[in-house]
Amino acid sequence: MSSGEPRNTATLLRPVEYLGGLLIPSFSVVGGMVKMLCSTLGYIFTPPFYLRNLFRQMVEIGVNSMPVVLITASFTGAVLALQSHTAFKRFDAETLVGTVVALSMTRELGPVLTGLIVAGRAGAAMAAELGTMRVTEQIDALETLATNPIRYLVVPRFIGGMLMLPALTVLSDAVGIMGGFIVSTRVLGANPTTYMSRTWDFLEMDDIFHGLLKAFFFGAAIALISSYEGFASEGGAEGVGKATTRAVVLSSMAILISDYFLSAWLFK
Amino acid sequence: MNSGVMIHIEGLSKSFGKKQVLDGLDLDVMRGESMVVIGGSGTGKSVLIKHIIGLLKPDSGRIHVDGQDVLSLNEHDIGELRKKFGMLFQNAALFDSFSVWENIGFGLRQHTKLSSAEVRRIASEKLRMVGLAGIEDLMPSELSGGMRKRVGLARAIAMEPRVIFYDEPTTGLDPIMADVINELIVDLRKKLKVTSISITHDMASAYKIADRIAMLYNGRIIEVGTVDEIKNTSNEIVRQFISGSADGPITMEVTRA
Repeated sequence: MSSGEPRNTATLLRPVEYLGGLLIPSFSVVGGMVKMLCSTLGYIFTPPFYLRNLFRQMVEIGVNSMPVVLITASFTGAVLALQSHTAFKRFDAETLVGTVVALSMTRELGPVLTGLIVAGRAGAAMAAELGTMRVTEQIDALETLATNPIRYLVVPRFIGGMLMLPALTVLSDAVGIMGGFIVSTRVLGANPTTYMSRTWDFLEMDDIFHGLLKAFFFGAAIALISSYEGFASEGGAEGVGKATTRAVVLSSMAILISDYFLSAWLFK
Repeated sequence: MNSGVMIHIEGLSKSFGKKQVLDGLDLDVMRGESMVVIGGSGTGKSVLIKHIIGLLKPDSGRIHVDGQDVLSLNEHDIGELRKKFGMLFQNAALFDSFSVWENIGFGLRQHTKLSSAEVRRIASEKLRMVGLAGIEDLMPSELSGGMRKRVGLARAIAMEPRVIFYDEPTTGLDPIMADVINELIVDLRKKLKVTSISITHDMASAYKIADRIAMLYNGRIIEVGTVDEIKNTSNEIVRQFISGSADGPITMEVTRA
């Protein structure tokens, strides 16, 4: 016997409710990440340091990602050479292929592709491992053993990400340029000497450094987002699965969105 | 009187969203006493323990442990306080990336300068105290439920704590293993003379390990007494709970739905 009026109000409020349901959780996620970032930054320079954990993360994020990064980067460089050759041939500028490959790899594709690969590999692993530790109370157990979980778990991942992403990007740049070189000289018949001189003539140190700075930032973002999602997961295996998915999706989005703003800022 | 109180909780309230879990809870635990908190699933027993350890912050109320106000401690001091605590988690919460002895010795390795060999020796000694031997190098995934709990117990006592928390120590174990754990808890209390707080809904376990039993209901402790006092209580709610009857003043949410 409910009267029509409250139901009408409820119907009217539904879009607001929907919007709120969408926005409030996002705000709390962002708030939680900012909070985690602040504690992490605060702990980086003060003891205790967990160097063993840091080395483990550096191996996990850096060394173990190397094969995928190298293969991806070499083919990306190769396809860049192939495509730009087709385009440049139309106005007789094939000699600039080396320049295009080098600039694209160092400024853009090296850091971004490396970031996306690490987000998919190491970011997912972080969220899954920390999420499992959360739902099985291992993170609480750390606290009861008087060990700060952010220091013990998040700081090593954060530093590991910031160190290894630029390192992987250097490799990725080099291998990408190499891939472009091989395709250009062996398949497209470019002159190796001209190709390499075109690569070096127009490549500036700043192109490489700015790319590495991006990678540094991406590494921090992946570690922070994935750790946060792991720590915030709840509700058993399903919750851990969701956290892992969100970690990868959010990290990838963060990389691609921040890439624009970093580029606009760094290369202005 | 106050010197005899190890843990003093006053007016503790905590809500999660709209759900009021603890609502002005008072409880005193004496030095060297084994206090068992009973109550239905989801009544906030774990929440209570997490407050005492400082894992959760209350909305209001006071918690004193060993004369220290837990809520006013900074990060360093709460770390120091936690070194006096040991906790056995419901599913043991062993670190799965570490072997058994590394799990037991975790606190020692973090907070003392003992050598690895020394930590390992202490870990073996604690393992023997919980009736296990020769499994130092196994990984947690290789252990049965009862063994995991005992390793968790060995880890809880490794730092020679003054207060041990048991979160449902017998849940998920067969009746015989449950009794083995009960015996261990009683035995450890005699040997180590620690204060302990256990939360459980297993009455057989509660009767066995408790000096006193407190019943948590609707966010408050509604009755505290010795085992005999609780067994002969006149409180309808407590009587229904300890006899495990579906009829009585406690109504389960399932029946209401």
